[in-house]
Amino acid sequence: MADTGLLEALLRLLEKVDGGIDSQDVAADLGVDHQLIVGAVKSLQALGEVISAEQKSSKRWELTGEGREIAEQGSHEARVFNAIPDEGLPQNELMKMPSGKVGFSKAMSNKWIRLDKAHEGGPRVFKTVETIEDTVRDKLQLVQKGLSAKLEDKEKNELKKRKLLSEVTVKSYWITKGSSFSTTITKQETELTPEMIASGSWKEKKFKPYNFEAMGVAADCGHLHPLMKVRTQFRQIFLEMGFTEMPTNNFIESSFWNFDSLFQPQQHPARDQHDTFFISDPALAHEFPQDYLERVKQVHSEGGYGSQGYKYDWKIEEAQKNLLRTHTTAVSARMLYKLAQQKFTPVKYFSIDRVFRNETLDATHLAEFHQIEGVVADYGLTLGNLMGILHQFFTKLGLKKWVEVGNSGVFRPEMLLPMGLPEGVSVIAWGLSLERPTMIKYGINNIRELVGHKVNLQMVYDSPICRLDS
Amino acid sequence: MPTVSVKRDLLFEALGQKYTDEEFDELCFEFGLELDEITSEKEILIREQGGEKAEGASDVVLYKIDVPANRYDLLCLEGLVRGLQVFKEKLEAPRYKRVSPADGGEPQRLVITEETASVRPHAVAAVLRNITFTQERYESFIELQEKLHQNICRKRTLVAIGTHDLDTISGPFTYTAKPPGEIRFKPLSQSREYTAAELMSLYKTDSHLRHYLHIIENEPLYPIIYDSNGIVLSMPPIINGDHSKISLNTKNIFIECTATDLTKVNRFTLIITVCLFVCFNTFFILFRVEEAEVVYPDGRLSVYPELAYRTETLSGDFINKRVGINESAESIAQLLTRMCLRSEVSGEGDLIQVEIPPTRADVIHACDIMEDAAIAYGFNNIVRSTPRTYTVANQLPVNKLTELLRQDLTAAGFTEALTFALCSEEDIADKLRKNITETRAVHISNPKTADFQVARTSLLPGLLKTIAANRKMPLPLKLFEISDVVLKDETKDVGARNNRRLCAVYYNKSPGFEVIHGLLDRVMQLLDVKPGRNQGYHIQAAEDSTFFPGRCAEIFSCGKSIGHLGVLHPDVISRFELTMPCSAIDIDIEPFL
Repeated sequence: MADTGLLEALLRLLEKVDGGIDSQDVAADLGVDHQLIVGAVKSLQALGEVISAEQKSSKRWELTGEGREIAEQGSHEARVFNAIPDEGLPQNELMKMPSGKVGFSKAMSNKWIRLDKAHEGGPRVFKTVETIEDTVRDKLQLVQKGLSAKLEDKEKNELKKRKLLSEVTVKSYWITKGSSFSTTITKQETELTPEMIASGSWKEKKFKPYNFEAMGVAADCGHLHPLMKVRTQFRQIFLEMGFTEMPTNNFIESSFWNFDSLFQPQQHPARDQHDTFFISDPALAHEFPQDYLERVKQVHSEGGYGSQGYKYDWKIEEAQKNLLRTHTTAVSARMLYKLAQQKFTPVKYFSIDRVFRNETLDATHLAEFHQIEGVVADYGLTLGNLMGILHQFFTKLGLKKWVEVGNSGVFRPEMLLPMGLPEGVSVIAWGLSLERPTMIKYGINNIRELVGHKVNLQMVYDSPICRLDS
Repeated sequence: MPTVSVKRDLLFEALGQKYTDEEFDELCFEFGLELDEITSEKEILIREQGGEKAEGASDVVLYKIDVPANRYDLLCLEGLVRGLQVFKEKLEAPRYKRVSPADGGEPQRLVITEETASVRPHAVAAVLRNITFTQERYESFIELQEKLHQNICRKRTLVAIGTHDLDTISGPFTYTAKPPGEIRFKPLSQSREYTAAELMSLYKTDSHLRHYLHIIENEPLYPIIYDSNGIVLSMPPIINGDHSKISLNTKNIFIECTATDLTKVNRFTLIITVCLFVCFNTFFILFRVEEAEVVYPDGRLSVYPELAYRTETLSGDFINKRVGINESAESIAQLLTRMCLRSEVSGEGDLIQVEIPPTRADVIHACDIMEDAAIAYGFNNIVRSTPRTYTVANQLPVNKLTELLRQDLTAAGFTEALTFALCSEEDIADKLRKNITETRAVHISNPKTADFQVARTSLLPGLLKTIAANRKMPLPLKLFEISDVVLKDETKDVGARNNRRLCAVYYNKSPGFEVIHGLLDRVMQLLDVKPGRNQGYHIQAAEDSTFFPGRCAEIFSCGKSIGHLGVLHPDVISRFELTMPCSAIDIDIEPFL
């Protein structure tokens, strides 16, 4: 804070005027540097409504260095004139004076002096008048006093041309009295302290106003990843709908459970090297439920259970190949097989976990993503049931147009009956990726901005909580 | 899903009716198709190559329609129109028929020699008579052949189709295989003869054909088909001869399909091809195709195409119960007939007899028939209902624990990272100063890049890479992840298992071991495990190559090792392109289930 004496001096000046006062004038009046007055204005503003101050800029005439010299010592021509005694002065001597050259020619043109070239002993200069009026000095002194308005523009420009004056832009404050104007200063407190509360002194204190425009200090905390926040919400939706979570913590799967058990033929393009990551170590799965495997082999190669089958030579070697599961439906198959080994009870299952595709990567495809899957098994489920349950699910998501984000269907009898599920049991299922609805929800176009080690942590820090239905 | 691109006005002309875009979109939806895009050649060129290239291109309106993968019979304008007309009950479903040559002569014959055995041993053939092309139908015919090559023929790897102007060649035809240097002919769109070897290098730069060269490139013998005068019909699966090419004036067509493997799928390709091409027949209402004979190296003779119809019997009740509707057997039969599955009520109860045409190899079970009935009924007309299935939900314990811990780790000031489960060998071995053999890592046999060589055995590399990508963020960086790693495990059926890990790192100007140690204490507090040697948890100095010597401890809970914590080795820090000290904790959380 600026020195209290200065602040009060400023306030006393302000009290005397009607309207307002320019900070430049205050500086001139108090005889202090303008910068000090600017500091004082800012200190007073911080006290609340004592004063109000508006910044303004104006043009002003100021003396140059040479101008100041002239205002003090007289113009060059005057100095030349004054240096010449009545008996005159040799020209070469006059020219040695600091003001000699400029002053000589100006004094000549003012006809204050004359040059006698023919004088014996060399050219000599003589006064031609008794007294002179040094108007240049007078004008500059006016400007120095801040009275430049008394000069005509033409005169000022003439002096500017002689580099004695310059026009400068001046920033200043236009100070007026505030709503709680007073000439005495009360110091404002910045914060409430335990002492003030204890003594009750807060009642008499004035508090410095807060700047409510500024941001607060960032909360010191960790942050959940946005995709995982969305996963939590999807889990919540399934749990609300009575679905039990499947054990999907097995990324490595055999082709048997990933494809064959789902009645996917062994020549299917999805089983190409181009689409699926196969495992070189451990390359093969070595344990299968043997009688179930035989039934799967039969339904593929010969048909049965009302099916024509695919009529090809089904090979165990193909089924044994280990891979990174391409969908969580491999786990659904394991769960349905397990279910079929007990007395049948209806089930609703879900999972949300990673799956892997050996695909070409682009802005919306990565080699791994999260699959959301829902499965319902019961007697007599219909397509109408599938559509009803999808409607409920997507209503909870708050997604009106959901056709494009997922797949759904009824599992084929060629898949269910070899497992040993009862004839009348239908299994309906649907799946979608976790990433796609998240990208739609948060307006992210490139999946790399959402998933993986290249994400910007600031995005994670800044992401809002996830409420899917709002 | 394959996409068919058709000219809108031609489509409407063939359908005998005009639609607005909305009306046609609606019709597609009802029929189980999707009107994917409305565009023009000009628009496509502008989008793909910029405005200049598109100058003068056609602005005829094109409909791009997505066709289900099982409906090969809808892959061209003609097939699509026929399907829609049958659906709208304006036409009857076609009935394909194989006939003997009309002039009473011998059928065309294709003789396969034993040389083909090593490269492409199977071939089938058929003949179409009385074709009339217009410019549009000719283009549609060529495009259809290309569509089939891309889809059912798997980019010609499984099957290659050749079509020839029968009047320019004379049978019997010979399908054999020869060394590339001995094959010489003038191929399609070229002005002179080339040897097969020359062709292979000529097509290396061909934007279209170069994709097929690999199929036979390294074979000692190339497949080749000659007519009785030694004229080359084709060198499958690469190119046809110029001599027998189809033109606008072609009347009679000889079709040959060659394949590596005569599975049902491949025989089906010929059937599909023939049945589709039949609709270019002048009297296409007859859907006739002329038989051709194929003679195998062992002397066996087969007649193609096999146009087998099959009848399935099912009850109306079955359809009603599966779809969730209540329709009479008669109306269900009508729905199926509209889907080109001719059906009639048999008179016994509500049994329906459904005839499966040879074009629908995908119909192998009553449930496929049910699906077509549902499409024809209209999914939008099926009443949605909630199943009465009563169940109690359970969370998977390891996921429940993970969800709870994640919340509290963020409350402890750590931010959650989400990193990839696949990475390079270097990430989990060299960069962590470990030997790859001691990691128990699962290896991927066919990675397209080094980023997918192994499944991760530690969460640490992902976290360090996340920090490396965020070095501009204010320090300290405190990150964690609770997720699965994958380890080889002989006791599992597939020889590997997932393991749920908790990993956290602290990255700052000083290592902050105490911060990571404090996090361990907090995690143990959350898991309700007290400090202590026997029933509780404790840490004990350990050597681990990932960590700075003397700055690493092993973590024990109830006497069992669950992981490590410590200050990372400076080499680990620099190998992940980091510059500051870093401490880390890595524990298995499965013991706390």
